[in-house]
Amino acid sequence: MELLSGADMLIRSLQDEGIEYIYGYPGGAALHIYDALFRQDKVKHILVRHEQAAVHMADGYARATGKPGTVLVTSGPGATNTITGIATAFMDSIPMVVLCGQVASTLIGEDAFQETDMIGVSRPVVKHNLSVRHPEEIPEVIRKAYYIASTGRPGPVVVDIPKDMTTPNERFEYVFPKKIKLRSYNPAIRGHAGQIKKAVDMLMAAKRPIIYAGGGVILGKASDQLTELVRMLGYPITNTLMGIGCYPASDKQHLGWLGMHGTYESNMAMHHSDLILCVGARFDDRVTNATEKFCPGARIVHIDIDPASISKTIDADVPIVGPVDAVLKEMITLVKESKDKPDADAIASWWKQIDEWRAFHGMRYENSGDTIKPQEVIETLCRLTNGEAYVTSDVGQHQMFAAQYYKFDKPNRWINSGGLGTMGFGLPAAMGVKLTHPDDEVLCITGEGSIQMNIQELSTCKQYNLPVKIINLNNQALGMVKQWQDMNYESRHAESYMESLPDFIKLAEAYGHKGVRIEKKEDLETRLKEVLAMKDDLVFVDIYVDRFEHVYPMQVARGSMKDMWLSKTERV
Amino acid sequence: MRRIISVLLENEPGALSRVVGLFSQRNYNIETLTVAPTEDETLSRLTVTTTGSDKVIEQITKQLNKLIEVVKLVDLTEGSHIERELMLVKLKATGSQRAEIKRTVDIFRGQIVDVTSSVYTVQLAGDSEKLDGFIQAVGTSGVLEVVRTGVSGIARGEKVLSL
Repeated sequence: MELLSGADMLIRSLQDEGIEYIYGYPGGAALHIYDALFRQDKVKHILVRHEQAAVHMADGYARATGKPGTVLVTSGPGATNTITGIATAFMDSIPMVVLCGQVASTLIGEDAFQETDMIGVSRPVVKHNLSVRHPEEIPEVIRKAYYIASTGRPGPVVVDIPKDMTTPNERFEYVFPKKIKLRSYNPAIRGHAGQIKKAVDMLMAAKRPIIYAGGGVILGKASDQLTELVRMLGYPITNTLMGIGCYPASDKQHLGWLGMHGTYESNMAMHHSDLILCVGARFDDRVTNATEKFCPGARIVHIDIDPASISKTIDADVPIVGPVDAVLKEMITLVKESKDKPDADAIASWWKQIDEWRAFHGMRYENSGDTIKPQEVIETLCRLTNGEAYVTSDVGQHQMFAAQYYKFDKPNRWINSGGLGTMGFGLPAAMGVKLTHPDDEVLCITGEGSIQMNIQELSTCKQYNLPVKIINLNNQALGMVKQWQDMNYESRHAESYMESLPDFIKLAEAYGHKGVRIEKKEDLETRLKEVLAMKDDLVFVDIYVDRFEHVYPMQVARGSMKDMWLSKTERV
Repeated sequence: MRRIISVLLENEPGALSRVVGLFSQRNYNIETLTVAPTEDETLSRLTVTTTGSDKVIEQITKQLNKLIEVVKLVDLTEGSHIERELMLVKLKATGSQRAEIKRTVDIFRGQIVDVTSSVYTVQLAGDSEKLDGFIQAVGTSGVLEVVRTGVSGIARGEKVLSL
């Protein structure tokens, strides 16, 4: 029989769970745990400079690898600093376990030093949270936390650990549970066969079908099945911002992504479709535009692991609750066996229509002036990295440009805060990716507003040698805010300027990194090539781009999917 | 439309706050809420009455089901059911009012459970409308204090909400 302290049981449980990295920051209530970490070398700890960054790092790791991320922080401010990161992960259904120290159970409720009710504070932004009430429970609580975080619709789980649960003075028998079963939590393991059959019949009969795929395909590791089904059917496919990479962007059946800043052809095809097969997406308001005007002629099949996502905003005609990979597999089998075949004439004329829409817009932008266009930066990067880089982004215009002009053919490579829209996400997320993908190119595409929200992590990058490339699309303004002010507030730019930007090159150098500034259009490609050749350095690339550029297409507010601005002057 | 949702919940600290939190977080309405452990002490039974369109009610039940600690739930208003609420009401009772109140309590099949020279305390059980009706019948001017438990409900016939 092996006797361990609570802290040692915690670390041992993480080892048994197969955890490679913890991102965190120590403090009083977590010190027993940190001491236990120190006395082993299987689980590696990455010391960040702010707890929010630890969560984004764990998040980036989870998105790139598909495995749950792990965070360790202390009580009080350590715990509350993680909230933005947790909410970010929650909105995008990212599996993660956040271990928080807590004051000793005897002090809870007494407003002790660094006491915060983390269970209460985190409750609305977690999939679940657990608190440890007896040290012996620790292995089971940890097992449960990872099980809940990574099954069903994934999400963050917080574990609150009072300091007296980890004291080195008391030792208990260590038993790591092999299996966890919860009577109140049983995510679906397959879809309803009758509903799947109905969906396939509808697919075969459709004249203007479209597949609308979301982040659930990536989280559910179902890209291969989706690609197989879509190719087999020969139907057009669009995906959400979160679904980028779930189907190869360079494939001719792919229409680009949809919604507020989606492509003209995907929004038009959605609006005019007669059947939408939604796979792991949630009809978010940035996709649907005004729900009452949404796709008037379309019947909707909706596959999702989370029943609450179905018919939440848009009613589904055929709901299918189940894991996307299993459901798609069954659909593939049924399509193969089906006596009915897609209506070739109808599909051909549907493609003819779509190709006309494609030719009409096709992601063009005006690029005749002397200034560097942000779109051009992204296109150049995509070309120079063969579309194979891991790209993280912050939030704003640069995020949209990156998503529009970098062509992702593989899942897990586009990493952004789609649901919560968290500025400051990009750099720590990129670090989480780079740590486990040292040989891959990792780009953090950001803006001068967002990057300053977690810029302290340049120090962490130095400590752990994380040579990510920071691509700062510097337009000297909060670009997306400014764009909305241009369009909706007669260009009154309330607080969207930053008039005291730091010298980012010197800043990068101060942290021990390299900095490169690009101001001239003619230098763009050569300088970027040089930057990408600096394999062992973190390079902060400060690129002065057109200050007046807007992101287009942009859906007209409260309109249907087909109502869009295509440039500052063209509205359809 | 008014609905009565009955929930079996793990009897654990914090579980109730998740249910209540869910309602405020998603802008759902709670009219009444009752909760107590069941014969199986690991489970609590919670009854919530709420109002909303069919779409909202569907979301409420789905979101409740998503809470890890919710074991099972049923919308009692989908079938025939019995609902009861208990009310204790303190009434001013002096002079001729005393006999009148006693008569009204009898008509509503309530009981006077405490008496002083100027006050009757009445206990009344029934559906919410009946309790409202009693208050109306005795007149609000004589009512000193009202405490209601909120609705508890159970399905009629063979249907059972259990593990």
